[in-house]
Amino acid sequence: MQENKDNKKSIQEKLELLKYNCANSSHLIVDQKVCAKCKDKPCTFICPAGVYSKDEITGEIIVQYENCLECGACRIACPKNTIDWSYPESGCGVVFKHN
Amino acid sequence: MDTINKADVIVVGAGPAGISAAIEVARGGKKVVLIERAQYAGSKNMYGGAVYTSALKEVFRDDFETIPYERVINSHTWAFLTDTGSFEMTYKNDDSTASYAIKRFNLEKWMIERAKEAGVYYIPNTLVTNLLLKDGVVIGVKTELEEYFASVTILADGVNSLLSRQINLRNNYEPKDIILSVKEAIKLDKKIIEERFNLKDDCKNGVNKQYFGTAFGNLKDVKNLFMMTFLYTFKDTVMLGVGANLADLTKNKLNLNQILDEVKKHPDISPLIKDGETIEYSAHLIPEGGYKKMPKLYSSGVIIAGDAAGFINSVHFEGTNFALISGKLAGESALVALENNDFSERSLSVYRKKLEKSFIMKDLYAYRNVIERLYSRSNSLSVYYPKKIRELFEIVTSANCISKGSQIRSYVSSFFKDRNISELFKDIFAFLKCGLDVFFGK
Ligand SMILES: Cc1cc2nc3c(=O)[nH]c(=O)nc-3n(C[C@H](O)[C@H](O)[C@H](O)COP(=O)(O)OP(=O)(O)OC[C@H]3O[C@@H](n4cnc5c(N)ncnc54)[C@H](O)[C@@H]3O)c2cc1C
Ligand code: SF4
Ligand code: SF4
Repeated sequence: MQENKDNKKSIQEKLELLKYNCANSSHLIVDQKVCAKCKDKPCTFICPAGVYSKDEITGEIIVQYENCLECGACRIACPKNTIDWSYPESGCGVVFKHN
Repeated sequence: MDTINKADVIVVGAGPAGISAAIEVARGGKKVVLIERAQYAGSKNMYGGAVYTSALKEVFRDDFETIPYERVINSHTWAFLTDTGSFEMTYKNDDSTASYAIKRFNLEKWMIERAKEAGVYYIPNTLVTNLLLKDGVVIGVKTELEEYFASVTILADGVNSLLSRQINLRNNYEPKDIILSVKEAIKLDKKIIEERFNLKDDCKNGVNKQYFGTAFGNLKDVKNLFMMTFLYTFKDTVMLGVGANLADLTKNKLNLNQILDEVKKHPDISPLIKDGETIEYSAHLIPEGGYKKMPKLYSSGVIIAGDAAGFINSVHFEGTNFALISGKLAGESALVALENNDFSERSLSVYRKKLEKSFIMKDLYAYRNVIERLYSRSNSLSVYYPKKIRELFEIVTSANCISKGSQIRSYVSSFFKDRNISELFKDIFAFLKCGLDVFFGK
């Protein structure tokens, strides 16, 4: 079972249901130099919100931090331990209600 | 210095652990500040669905009666999913009130109201970014705008606990010690839920189902995936989610949303959520390291409670009870230290003693190897036994002109032929040992 377009679309539809507060700056910072050497790039397929993707042209990791569900999986799954991971600023980020 | 910024105790994180700790300190007549990063406590948190009433009663006493729960969960099903159906075992007790289905947004909101009544000074909308240290002693916390000082700081900042890592109370988790989980809240008419799940129509009944098995749909060919599916009925919502070992997901290059979508199509699950409307999607981690990965639970001026300390029994979906009670014990320990005016590591070791006397350490110890053992047999649990159960039911339920005796005989012998015989013994050994561990636990 490979990561596919259907899953991207499915995630997108589910994220549209969510409410997010302010997102002024990224709380997820990657080190592109380290990422360039990362073979499997697990962040690009493990994240349940599809936050990370590889730029087709530059090969850099794109981080759509505004979509983050704040679970913490990427931080632990990153084999190079390179994600500078913090929570969004006070009061910002995802708001769950039916949780 | 502003008087607000100086307290006897600071608690970081307004989940069940932090709120319980703060209430305990306030009841002891001490000044306690509870800091939460979310605008609304509970809005960052996620779980399957049910809180355990015995722990709630212990912390909230008589107020417990007013908790705005949605359903009493008193029907529990354990099941294996096969490619065409499922094999289920259900325990139902209409009189049981052991656990309540309630959304975390509502649970934490209600708990915060109780905390304020008890005299807790609650500060929402505030992220703690750092711990303040002086000569190796934690003396308070730093937020984005201010500093707060206290004699004891209780860290109840959840599974990711960035703060306890700052002072090396704990190491990073490895992917194999973590379950990643996603969940959908699926809206359905209350009446339909009651019909579908065979519930009496008064919210005094509710269902929890836990499924093993991955050998269906697109997942069929996936090997070595330790995964569980869970379902809870709420008043007019069904919570459906999956949790899977993070190392397995990484190795197999799987995305958990994709797995959840596959589960939703399973022939025995899809009828349960038919015509439902997904109203929310969420994700959260579960710490699985347990006893073996337990952090240092205290150090001068600081104590850790709840998920931050890895207090959870994921085999039975228990976590809020560990959080509530460890929070209470952390609060009690802070009171002891305040009484003695001694906040050294030695003084705070009273926390460990309290934990050891409670179910928390006893259960963590009894289950110290269980997850690892089940995990090591994950192919058996997820793929092989669901298949074998299905084969058995095929035999006993279909009349196919072959004598039952010969079918059963060949079925039994298949256990010795399907796989290398050592696999069977490894399974028996692992499951037996799990049972013995729990039986002979502390
Ligand atoms: C999928 C899933 C299903 C589960 N099902 C069940 C179940 O059915 N029953 C059950 O009993 N348990 C269940 N659990 C476990 C249970 O949810 C947890 O054990 C419990 O919530 C832990 O409580 P806690 O207070 O320790 O942490 P949390 O509930 O995570 O609370 C931590 C709080 O700290 C805040 N915080 C974190 N960092 C900071 C910071 N730096 N500054 C300020 N605030 C901060 C967070 O916003 C959060 O509010 C489940 C867990 C999962 C993931
Ligand atoms: S997994 Fe880590 S190192 Fe690899 S690409 Fe992603 S962030 Fe970079
Ligand atoms: S914290 Fe979770 S949701 Fe956010 S980027 Fe990492 S994996 Fe994705």
